[in-house]
Amino acid sequence: MYETPVPRGPLDPRSGRGRRALAALISLFRRSPLGLIGMLMLGLALFAATFAPWLAPYDPDESIHVTIDDIYARPSAEHLLGTDDGGKDVLSAFIFGSRVSLLVGFSASLISMVIGGFVGLVAGFYGGRIGNALMRLTDIFLVIPDLPLMIVIVAMVGPSLWNIILVIGILGWTGTARMVRAQALSLKERQFVLRARALGAGNFHILRRHIFPLVLPLMVANTVLVISLSILSESTLSFLGLGDPTTLSWGGMLNFAFTRGAISARAWWALIAPGLGIVWVVLACTLVGNTLEEAFNPRLQSHHLQGDDKMIVSPSRLKAEG
Amino acid sequence: MEIDASPLLDVRHLSTHFVTDEGVFRAVEDLSFQLRRGEFLGLVGESGCGKTTAMLSVLRLLPAAGRIVAGEVRLEGEDILALEAAEMRRVRWRKMSIIFQGAMNALNPVRSVGDQIAEALVLHEMAPTYHQAGKRVAELLELVGIDAARADQYPHQYSGGMRQRAMIAMALACNPQIVIADEPTTALDVMIQAQILELLERLQGELGLAVILVTHDLSVVAEVCHNVLVMYGGVLAEYATVDAIYNEPLHPYTRLLLEAFPDLSRPDARLVSIPGQPPRLNALPAGCRFAPRCPMVIDRCRVEAPPVRQVRPGRWATCHRIDEEGV
Repeated sequence: MYETPVPRGPLDPRSGRGRRALAALISLFRRSPLGLIGMLMLGLALFAATFAPWLAPYDPDESIHVTIDDIYARPSAEHLLGTDDGGKDVLSAFIFGSRVSLLVGFSASLISMVIGGFVGLVAGFYGGRIGNALMRLTDIFLVIPDLPLMIVIVAMVGPSLWNIILVIGILGWTGTARMVRAQALSLKERQFVLRARALGAGNFHILRRHIFPLVLPLMVANTVLVISLSILSESTLSFLGLGDPTTLSWGGMLNFAFTRGAISARAWWALIAPGLGIVWVVLACTLVGNTLEEAFNPRLQSHHLQGDDKMIVSPSRLKAEG
Repeated sequence: MEIDASPLLDVRHLSTHFVTDEGVFRAVEDLSFQLRRGEFLGLVGESGCGKTTAMLSVLRLLPAAGRIVAGEVRLEGEDILALEAAEMRRVRWRKMSIIFQGAMNALNPVRSVGDQIAEALVLHEMAPTYHQAGKRVAELLELVGIDAARADQYPHQYSGGMRQRAMIAMALACNPQIVIADEPTTALDVMIQAQILELLERLQGELGLAVILVTHDLSVVAEVCHNVLVMYGGVLAEYATVDAIYNEPLHPYTRLLLEAFPDLSRPDARLVSIPGQPPRLNALPAGCRFAPRCPMVIDRCRVEAPPVRQVRPGRWATCHRIDEEGV
């Protein structure tokens, strides 16, 4: 009746939610070169982990005949990154090691996200006594030094891959919980929540349809940051000899190299390769996580301070710029 | 629209307080009014006089510190303040819905408008899924003059007036008998205001709604309302038909309020402002809440709060200075 015709074509609103979200994500990484670099770095690591058996020149599990010359052999055409204390190819171990680091990183972060998201949502949205109790619990987890606790727990339950994932996940959710709680606290005071209540909606409905969708992007961004912390924790545990002894990981490689004389043998390749791997993945996750967080966390947004220059596209200005 | 005699909504002696660290804020005190089928009731008063609080009390949607400390809210004879929370959820929107002030804030920015209208239908089991609610959503949007194809768009893609109309569509989703419109036109420009009011009036006629229009705009009230309730500082100041209020205001506050508004028939008349501030609701004066600003104040006003009295047939007011002959 009062309306102008509905815009169609590129602005057609019915182009589908998923595609629009993807397009938004692509444009986000286009605008942020650091995020794009992080994404590429992470993509490369994931690629290496996925196709490790095809990429690695040797099978690390294969039993080989070793002579004294093979131990800590310098990088050569045969072994691009040299060999380790067992005479095995470092490059192959390095490629296979990415699997454990990424698996632990992603799985543990997923656990952290679920626990932290749940605790944060309940504490923020319901508040009251339950919320208080949950936040005090979060505080307790926050003040306990993670590493000693991790060492104690892993030493107690035994260093299997899944135990390590669980321990890292169970100790890493506090930051997520606090952030989600803060967001839920502010969201629940918004008027559309009151409107939903006036519609006859109950708490669970409001939480599911109004609060959660607005918290989720932040949780995802936060989780990517937690991944890097989880990878570091895993490497630390493995380096200290608390890694799963049956799997190859970068932390484990460092541990072997460190304890079995790589330094005195001047076998820098045995230390540098896994070290760089850890830095590579942690840096990638941090770059991606920061980019996502900047885009999703309203507190970190500063659009209004940027891009002022591009705002004016008057003909006179274009002329002046030639 | 004929006004039916039996009250649809009967609010009796409603009092709502906010209990905070800074003391008790008596936001609504002893408020009584009735709403009949098809009636357009105007609720007027300056900002912070308890209009919205009164309406949220009726819907039992007060913020955490709010307490309804006395009174009854009878909807078709049943006191809804006595209902269980789950029963109350079924009353909301089916019987009584609300159009919030500021439609932008009342819409979730990350969900499409159609989806949010469908929400009401799904919650009240009038549609099994969000998808199947589509037909009714389209109907509702057309009813308020929005192209149904825009159901999939998000609130930020709507103009201010469209958002407000979408909120009206949402309010009508479950065929309620009562719609509370809480300052539906405040954030809009005059042209859009007129459109929204026209729309409300038309819908009221077509659907036989009873509407409570909360506003501080007296011209809006004069245009559409049957009855007017003037609130001051949380209490009823004057409650009468729109003609009585405009032609023969009795309460000093109503008079000053009308004088503070431009009048087309007397363009040369000076606009009067009411000196002083509205009372602080946690530190109320001992007597009449309006006494400190009242030009007709007498000693009695400062010590004794006037009760709500029927001063004429069908006219209520709280003022010591009003007697049978007038003021």
